[in-house]
Amino acid sequence: MQLVVFVVCAVGAVAAGAAVFRVDSMARATFALLASFVFVAVDVLLLHLAYLGVLVILMMIMEMVVMAVFMIMYMMNPAGLMPMSMMHNRRGALAISAGTFVLLAAGILLVRWPARRGAPPAEPTRQLGEALMGSKMLVMMVLGLALFATMVATVVLAQHRGRYDRYGDELERRVPDDPIRGGVGR
Amino acid sequence: MMLQLFLLLAAALLAIGLYGALSQQSIVMIMMGLELMVNAVIVAGAAAWWFLAPHRPDGQVLVVVAITVMAVEMAMGFAVTTAIFRARDVDTTDAAADLRR
Amino acid sequence: MVRQAPLWTALLAGAVLLALATIAAVGRGVAVARRAAGAGTPVAEVARLLAQQRRSTLAADRLLWRSGPAAVCVAAALAALVVPLGRWTAWDSPVGVVWFNAMEVVVWAGLWLVGWGANSVWGVVAGYRFLAQGLAYELPHMFALTTVALGAGSLRVGDVVAAQSGLWFVVWMPVAFVAYLVAALAMAFWGPFDAPAQADLAGGLGAELSGVDALLLRAGRYLMLTAAAAFAVPAFLGGGAGPLLPAWLWSLLKTVAVLGFLVWLRDRLPTVRMERYTELSWLVLLPATLVQALLVAIVVLLR
Repeated sequence: MQLVVFVVCAVGAVAAGAAVFRVDSMARATFALLASFVFVAVDVLLLHLAYLGVLVILMMIMEMVVMAVFMIMYMMNPAGLMPMSMMHNRRGALAISAGTFVLLAAGILLVRWPARRGAPPAEPTRQLGEALMGSKMLVMMVLGLALFATMVATVVLAQHRGRYDRYGDELERRVPDDPIRGGVGR
Repeated sequence: MMLQLFLLLAAALLAIGLYGALSQQSIVMIMMGLELMVNAVIVAGAAAWWFLAPHRPDGQVLVVVAITVMAVEMAMGFAVTTAIFRARDVDTTDAAADLRR
Repeated sequence: MVRQAPLWTALLAGAVLLALATIAAVGRGVAVARRAAGAGTPVAEVARLLAQQRRSTLAADRLLWRSGPAAVCVAAALAALVVPLGRWTAWDSPVGVVWFNAMEVVVWAGLWLVGWGANSVWGVVAGYRFLAQGLAYELPHMFALTTVALGAGSLRVGDVVAAQSGLWFVVWMPVAFVAYLVAALAMAFWGPFDAPAQADLAGGLGAELSGVDALLLRAGRYLMLTAAAAFAVPAFLGGGAGPLLPAWLWSLLKTVAVLGFLVWLRDRLPTVRMERYTELSWLVLLPATLVQALLVAIVVLLR
């Protein structure tokens, strides 16, 4: 039963992943990628990682919906109504990726994998939480810092108006001059 | 045997993502390829945790790192795309090859 | 204690959800009919939509368009799976709280697809409006759910109910409860958050929908509102706890009360524009929920 679910989802994930680069419509490409992620999440759920599996579903839906917005913003042909090719070096890319797959598959099948050590915990989610707040605290701190740096960097990169545009050349305005005003009296 | 199946799935996803990242011109499509490659890392990390050493949390932590990497990659990717599109009206990598010269 | 019920109860959960949503729709229909004479009851409306021919638009993305409304309904049904009815739950998931959140986010994808698929400007604008709304309401919502899980020390909905045997969470997490109710309105684009389906966009998300698809979208809206109201009961209102009556009846009564309140709110508040609500949500609601989470964390540590 588990094997059937795994195979169905694995095939689905790979097929949806391939469809991302085959379909013309950007909306379809985005949602094909989302389908691939959801199939992968089901396979992760099979590995008794309930929290991480559901987390992947939750995050990827939000991410892909936001991605769809940017796709449509930056692509010349978002709905795929005028099929056009946006590729370069197709043959080379195909050869490299096929070679990578063969190499990895050979390694996977030829290596003598060690036997499983230790028993799975009763609650994998608790194990993860205690690790992140205990022995692997450093990882969590680095992730937090990286996310914070990302927030600052993305705003700096994507925003074209600085504080002098908002508050005047002498920074004299008390209330910023924004093209779109918010809801708390600014 | 299940471990190998999971890793083969990861390898297939990684190869597809690599193909997309190498062959696409549009920056947004390249990011989709990168996402697929990180997706492969999630599968491989989860499988390694369950089939090799479930008593230690390392595999799970690796998956959390991969998920964070995905979020950071997407946010930075779109910020860079927005910046270069605003500055030069560029949305493909071939039009932003300044460093090659 | 909440226990796992047999598998067939998953269907029962769906049926209960549908019945409650129908009650909400009928109540809404009665409320409207009292003011505008001649408004059709929901039953007549369902029959009309089932018989109506589907409209087609030029160069529509059929696959995505059709799957959008269906996704909303499916998401609501799946979200309701983890909500316990009294002492039984259809799916005693160890990560029920996260599951509910994930299924609620499926609505984002569904509604965006509804807007995009029709190849109509109204739909696309409405889809974007809902995404902006989603980004605005989601963070306070997540922190409200985090606070609940923090107070219970578990992501299992059954444990959350058990943790409220002494004191309901609504009493010492009022800010989280308010943030949750606001998010419940927003995820069903209900009441003040109905900008994606407003008349200034010719109906927005539903502008090009007809027949079964329109029925699914409207039903999905009610189902999502019902699922959100139902989840508020185990999360904040003590689940099936109550005197005299059996636990399952208390669950139902509390759900109906929350649902009735949300339905009643719809016509009491004006539609809020998203750029306004976003700032309100991020500058007021988000810090408030964070402080609430901090207070709960301190209480949990000291207890």
